[in-house]
Order: sequence, then structure tokens, then C-alpha cells
Amino acid sequence: MTSEVVIKTDKLTKRFGDFIATNEITFEVYAGEIFGFLGANGAGKTTAMKMLCGLSKPSSGNATIAGFDIYKQTEEIKKNIGYMSQKFSLYEDLTVIENIQFFGGIYGLSDKQLKAKSIELIETLGLQSEAKKLVASLPLGWKQKLAFSVAVIHEPKIVFLDEPTGGVDPIVRRQFWDLIYQASGRGITIFVTTHYMDEAEYCNRISMMVDGVIQALDTPDNLKKQFSANTMDEVFFELARGAKRKSD
Amino acid sequence: MKQFLSFVRKEFYHVFRDKKTLLMLFGLPIALIVLFGFAVTNEIKNAKIVICDYAKDEATQQIINKLEASNQFKITKTIMSHTEIENAFKKENIKLAIIFPTNFNKDLLHLNKAQVQIIADASDPNTANTLTNYATAIIMDYQQELMKNNTIPLRIFSEIRMLYNPELKGATNFVPGIMALVLLLVCVLMTAVSIVREKETGTMEILLVSPISPFLVIISKAIPYFFLSLINLSVILILSVTLLEMPINGSLWLLIAESTLLIICALSLGLLISNNTQSQQSAMLISMMGMLVPTMLFTGFMFPIENMPVPLQIITNIVPSKWYYIIVKSIMIKGLGFSAIWKETLILFGTTCFLMFVSLKTFKNRLV
Amino acid sequence: MRTLKFLLRKEFKQIFRNKALLPLIFVVPIVQLLILPLAADYEVKNINISIVDHDHSTYSQQLISKITASGYFQLADYGTSFNQAFQQIEKDKSDLILEIPKGFEKKLVRENSEKLFVAVNAINGVKAGLGGAYLNQIITEYNADIRLQWSQPDKFNTTSVINVTSTNWFNKFLNYRFFMVPGILVVLVTMVASYMSALNIVKEKEVGTIEQINVTPIKKYQFILGKLIPFWVIGMFIFSIGLFVVGRFVYGIVPVGSLFLLYGYLAIYLIALLGMSLLISTFAETQQQAMSIAFFFIMIFMLMGGLFTPIDSMPTWAYYIAKSIPVTYFIEVVRMIILKGSSFSDIKFHFVVMIGFAVLLNGLAIWNYKKTS
Repeated sequence: MTSEVVIKTDKLTKRFGDFIATNEITFEVYAGEIFGFLGANGAGKTTAMKMLCGLSKPSSGNATIAGFDIYKQTEEIKKNIGYMSQKFSLYEDLTVIENIQFFGGIYGLSDKQLKAKSIELIETLGLQSEAKKLVASLPLGWKQKLAFSVAVIHEPKIVFLDEPTGGVDPIVRRQFWDLIYQASGRGITIFVTTHYMDEAEYCNRISMMVDGVIQALDTPDNLKKQFSANTMDEVFFELARGAKRKSD
Repeated sequence: MKQFLSFVRKEFYHVFRDKKTLLMLFGLPIALIVLFGFAVTNEIKNAKIVICDYAKDEATQQIINKLEASNQFKITKTIMSHTEIENAFKKENIKLAIIFPTNFNKDLLHLNKAQVQIIADASDPNTANTLTNYATAIIMDYQQELMKNNTIPLRIFSEIRMLYNPELKGATNFVPGIMALVLLLVCVLMTAVSIVREKETGTMEILLVSPISPFLVIISKAIPYFFLSLINLSVILILSVTLLEMPINGSLWLLIAESTLLIICALSLGLLISNNTQSQQSAMLISMMGMLVPTMLFTGFMFPIENMPVPLQIITNIVPSKWYYIIVKSIMIKGLGFSAIWKETLILFGTTCFLMFVSLKTFKNRLV
Repeated sequence: MRTLKFLLRKEFKQIFRNKALLPLIFVVPIVQLLILPLAADYEVKNINISIVDHDHSTYSQQLISKITASGYFQLADYGTSFNQAFQQIEKDKSDLILEIPKGFEKKLVRENSEKLFVAVNAINGVKAGLGGAYLNQIITEYNADIRLQWSQPDKFNTTSVINVTSTNWFNKFLNYRFFMVPGILVVLVTMVASYMSALNIVKEKEVGTIEQINVTPIKKYQFILGKLIPFWVIGMFIFSIGLFVVGRFVYGIVPVGSLFLLYGYLAIYLIALLGMSLLISTFAETQQQAMSIAFFFIMIFMLMGGLFTPIDSMPTWAYYIAKSIPVTYFIEVVRMIILKGSSFSDIKFHFVVMIGFAVLLNGLAIWNYKKTS
């Protein structure tokens, strides 16, 4: 982890009519760190993440992603980030190889690079016998691992992961986090949201959103000390308990 | 029963909250009635023609006046040369050219014989024939007037009475057809899609594990469209009677009963389609692309079935809307009772039963 | 550019891999093109006539023979009861009734004039009009025949006779298929191109994959092009198969005019159409909505486009609606080029209009697309 700032927000706000989903959040994320973005459902996490990815325009406030302005330079931002959500990442009706080639090509890899990357990815994930099969036929865990690998195929500065390990068994989750560590080791910043508190422990730093505001931002250890808790679970309960916004 | 009703209620919410689709469901029949009632017609009117009058005498002028007065023709030009005629056909899409030779009137008076040449654009053979006949009739009319001075013996007059539709309104033929088309297509389309959608989004699983019989679940999907179609039927009938002055000479209740039968038939067909498709796109494609034009043609209101090659005539027998069209005409326009249409009703009933039977059989109680 | 290549490759793969969709896109239009033109025929043939003959005279027999020999009519019933004949009409077994009154022959000869009674089932107004006209024509001819039998020929030399000759251009054999097939082909291509492409775009919206596209460097215009180009290609392909395979080998249609011109127009038409489907997709959130909207418009197009009924016959307000629909122009152009061999200068106006449509629809679509995403 370096001290280079890859994400910097300044009073970033998103309003929907009278409702303030995200209220003047201000924070920084450093290059290469694994940054956990936590919060209860309805706290404003997804809204915040969408703004950072360039999917939604902020109502007010500023931010730079990988040095690019969130209002004026969304095209550059997109070239330098990766994204993976639980709902979708890959095309089910294309094969493993076709998905790799498509996304690699979109992100500007040359034909030679594409070829090399495909082989590398398939080997790393052990998908040799599945390479020509439709993604729809893969079990969920393999899909998610593949989706992550494809999300970072262009070695972006930051990769945004929206609850990437939902519905996946503990062994696959562990493997998934191995991949995350490898990516982090290569200098890619990981911005991940999750509900699994043990995963929160894997992060370098964590932020907790409650009712649209960041209530805490620190390393897991510091947070546990701060709230006299033994686990991140307890920290979460402490902070989220007082939340006014209930999730559905 | 209570569970069934809660499913039905959910389905009503789905349907009535989708305002855009609802707009189409109600808007389409209304648009069709207006169009068919006022705009679409088999008659030929305002056909663009040119006259090539080399004679420019009293006789030709009279004939031209007659042509101008009729609303079938619109004289766009009175050109002089033959070469311009071909151009007019190709460029301005004129349908007919009438050519009068130089000494038309003189020949008529002195030789008792004159020629007129009509050239028709036969791209549309029907229009060409009709217009040629009209023009010839007008010219013959003029000839008749010339003969008025002679008393002709042995004249036979025919007194023609137009039954059911004395004003020869096109709507009389079309409106029952629209009823058939709209009720059939809308029901099939909507039901098929609605059911397949559950399959596609995955909520079908939930329905299948619920304590209520899955088949009843499917029926609950059809019910809102059943009511919607009844509303559509009422709208069409009201519009036809008020706007288009169509009669309902027979029993209204019989009409409604038969329409209900067609609706159920269409819903069964939609059900059958949904059983055999996995995606909304396929369901839509089959219902729309596969059924729209064939239903339009095979119901028999756009083109007479007797004109079609025999194999096609046989195919029309399996199109439910064909039988319904006959039934509606008999009830609405001819004012006949059940005794006249029991055969068609039986066929429609049989088709419905068959479709329901097959859908029941092919309904998969589990997701494949 | 490279991005577009990848997008197109993905789109084509997805379309062709969809085993359920593929036959519907390709097979259904072709099959319909084979069957439907056979069904579309306005000619009034095989009119069923019931004759009620109260006279049973030589004259009535002669008239009846003339009617049945004419080829227009088929004798459905011959009897002496009008009610019986009327029942035939109620059952749709007969289209019109000719009633010859008692004493027809005698009255005609003695009093120099007599009446015949005709009742026509006028539900189908056009059929009734034509049927009545044909019958009238036969009766008039019969009338002339009788006069010839009775009167001296020279009495008629003082009457003037106008001889009308008619020739048919562009479709010498009056083959109705030549007229319908190009028109139906246009409608089928329209359905596939506009309907399918609209559904395709909305599907991504509905399923949510559009979000993934939005975070990538794929520009909006590339995404749009990626969605529309495949259907432009498919549209061209179906048209070609329809024209050259089905049109030529099944119906014997050989275009008289320039194919280059035809395809040029087709290309622009498809662009306009795809613009419309893009526009539709911006208004729909679900496939069902897109389908409903597209269905509505396609029905209107089919009816108002001059495919089955001429637009000149429409009342003014309807005429202008017809003139503001793209399909109308293409149907006209297709018939002009294929049957009449019209050249570019003949259809210059149509070209301008279609380019206008293409620009307008695509412009509106892109503007609305930007607004809603």
C-alpha cells in the first residue's frame, strides 16, 4: 500500500428529490489497498459506489478517481477501472473464452495481449476443460472467479466489487480472496462492499456508512479497539444499531 | 379458493400497473376501428389519371367533365403527347391514361364509330381492372345519352336491392373482422408473454412450490386478460354502433356469449404457446410475427377465402377467428339466431377444448 | 473502431446462438412470403347466384344459360321460392338472388319492357358492387341479343358506338402476386428489423447487463451501433432471400428497374426503421412494453401503408397520416422499381423523404436515449 491517493471524495452528495441518499461523504483511498466499504442495506453504499464508477452523477460535491474528475472525465475514469457486481458480470450465452476476448478487447488489449491473457487466465483458474463452454453452464463460484479475473484483465488502477461473494461457499470465497490479494499485490486498488464481516477483516481499511454518512473509517484492528469489540460483527452492530433508516 | 383469489389479485396489479402496455391494449382496438371504419377501404377513389386529348372537341369535353365529376378519378393532367404518358406512369404514379384520337367527335357524328384508348397501370391488377371498368362505364354512359333520341324496344330493367348493407359501407365487412383479430391476437400475445415472463425471471419456481395447484396459478394469469378483452369487446361494439352506425340486428347476449368463447379459445392458445417457449422474445415472436399477418388474411375479412388456393382454404379452417368472423356477421348484420350458427359455434368450442387439453398435457409441473 | 468490432462480434454470436429465435427471424418471414401472397387476391370470382324462376320460359332459360356461361357466376340454387333462395344467402351459400317474375317473356314482348329483381348480399360492399355490376352487364348483353332477334339490324346503324380499347402496362398478365409479393416482403422485413432490434435493446435494460456496459469504456454511440448494425444486416439478408429466392423462383418476379437503386433505398429505409426501434426502446422499460408499442405501430403501418388498400382512396386526414409513415414510401418505391422500372429521377422525392425520416428518427432516438440514461 502506498500513499498515492487513487480515490478522493470531497462532500460527495446524491439527492433523490428530498431524500439524501449519500450525505457529503469525504474520504480517501490509497493505491494498492484493499478498501472495505461497509454499511447496512439502505445506508447509501450502492449509491456511493455508482457515483464513483461513473454510473450516476452526483448532486453536489467533488471526487477524483485515479486522478480524473468525476464530472468532466468520466470516459477516462471508465478506462481505468474495473467493475463486478453480484447480479451480473458475464454474458451467459457466450463461452468462457468469448467473454474474455470481448471484455479484453473492449478495454483495449491488442490481439497478441488478448491471446496471452486468455491462456493465462484459463490456466490460473483451472478452466481448461470449460474454456469453450457457455458461461451459463458454470457453477456460481467459478463464474464469480472468472468475472473477477475479467474485471481486472486490463490491470486497471481500481476495481469496484459490489458484494462479489454473495451466495458462494466458504472454500470458493477463500479462493476468491486469494485472487483479490494477488491483484492487490500487483498494485490494483480493491474497493469492495460486502456483508460478510470476516471478509471485512481481510481489508486494509474499512469505512462504515450509516444513514448516508460515513460513521467510521479505520483499519479493522483500530475499529475493534475503538468499539471494544472482539469481532467486526460487534463493531457493525454497534454502529448500525442506531441507524434511523431501516432496510426493507 | 382464497389462495386462488390472491393470485388473481396479484395478476390484476401486474397488468394495470403497466400503463404503457395498457395503453396499447386499449388503444389498438380503438385505432383499428377508426382506421377501418373511415380510412381503410377496398374502394378505389381519387385515382390519379391523365387525359391525352388530341381532339379537344365537344364530345371529349363532355366525357372529361363526367370523369372529373366522379369521385373515383382525379385528373392530374391533360397532357398532349404520348411520350409524356410513360413518364407520368413512372414518375407520378398515375393509374390510368385515357387517349382521345384527333377526330373523335367528327368520327362519332359521321362514321357513327369512334375510338378511345385506355392505358392502365397494371402493377395493381385489381385497381387497373376496376378503373378501366369505371372509365368504360362512364364512356358508355355518354354513349347511352347519345342514343336517347331513339326509342329502344324491349328494354329490361333490373331492380337491385342491396341486402344488409344498403349503403355498401366498408365498415360492415371490416368491423367483425377487427373484432376477431383484436380479441384473438391480444389475448394470445398477452397471456403467452405474461406466463413466460415468470419462467424467465425465475419467479415461476416460487409459484410452482406454492400450495396452490400450478395449473390454477396459470389460470389466474389469464383472468385479467379475460376481463380486459371483455372491456375491449364492449368498446369496439360501442364505437361501431355509435361512430360507424353498425347495426346489431341479432341478440346481443348471443354475441357476447360467442365472443367469450373466442376469448377463452385465444387464452388457451396463449397458454399453449407459453408452455413451449422459454423466453419472452420467442413468445412474442411467435404470437406477433407468426400470427399477425396470417390471422389478418385467413380470417377472411380482407380477402375472400373462396379466392384462395384450396390448400390455403383448408388452413383457414383451423384459424379460430375465421369461424368467429362468420358468427359475428350472422348475428350482428344478418340478425340470425343460434340455429344458424350452431355449426360454427361447435367448431369453435371444439378447438377451445382441444387447445386446453393439449396445454394441460404439456404443462410441465416442474421446471425442466 | 476496435471496440465496435468486439461489440458486433458479441451481438452476432448471441443472435445466432439463440436456437429459439433464429428460426423465427429467418424461417417465419420466408414461409409467410411463400404462403401469404397466395391468399391475397381481390379479384371477384366464383360468385354464387341463386335463381328464382317464376316464368320457366325460353327467355328465362336463355338468360340463365348466359349467366352460367359467363364464368363469373356459379349456380348455387335454382328454384321457385324466393324464401328458399333467401335462406341460401343467410347461410352464405349464395351471394345474390335473381328473381325472374312470372310472365316475363310475354310481358317483355307485349309491353316492350319488363323488370327483373336482384337481391345482393352487400356485407362485403366491394364484392356486392362488382357482382351486381357483372350481372347487370350480362343482362344488358342479353337485352341486346333479344333486340337483335326481333328488330331489323339497320335500325341500329344510326346509333353511335364508342369502341373502348384497353391495354395494361407493367404487368401484362395482371398477375396480382407481382403486386403483393414486394409489398408483403417490405412488411415482413419491417417487422423483423424494427421489432427484433427494439426487443434486443430493451432486453439488456431489463436484465441489467446494460449497467455493466455503462461502466466500461464503451461509448454510447458504439453501444447503439452494436445493437443496430446486426439487424441492418439481417434485414438486408432477409430482403435478398425474399426477392431473389422466393420472388424469382416461386413467383417469377424479375425486377425491371435497377437493383442498385433498390438496395440503396433499402439501406436507407432500414436505417430509418432502426432509428424508430431505438426510439421505441427508449420509451420501454420491459420487453413486454417494447413489444406492445412496436405491435401497435406495426399494425398501423400495415393498414395505412398502402399494402392492401390504396392510400388514394383514404379521406384526407388519413391520407396525410399514411404519408407520414416510412413504410408507405418504401412499399411504393419497391413496386415502382420492380414493376415499372422507375429510375432515380422518378423516385428522387422518395429518397429525400426517407433520408429525412432516417435523420429525424435517429436524431430523436439518440437525443431521448441520452436523456434517459
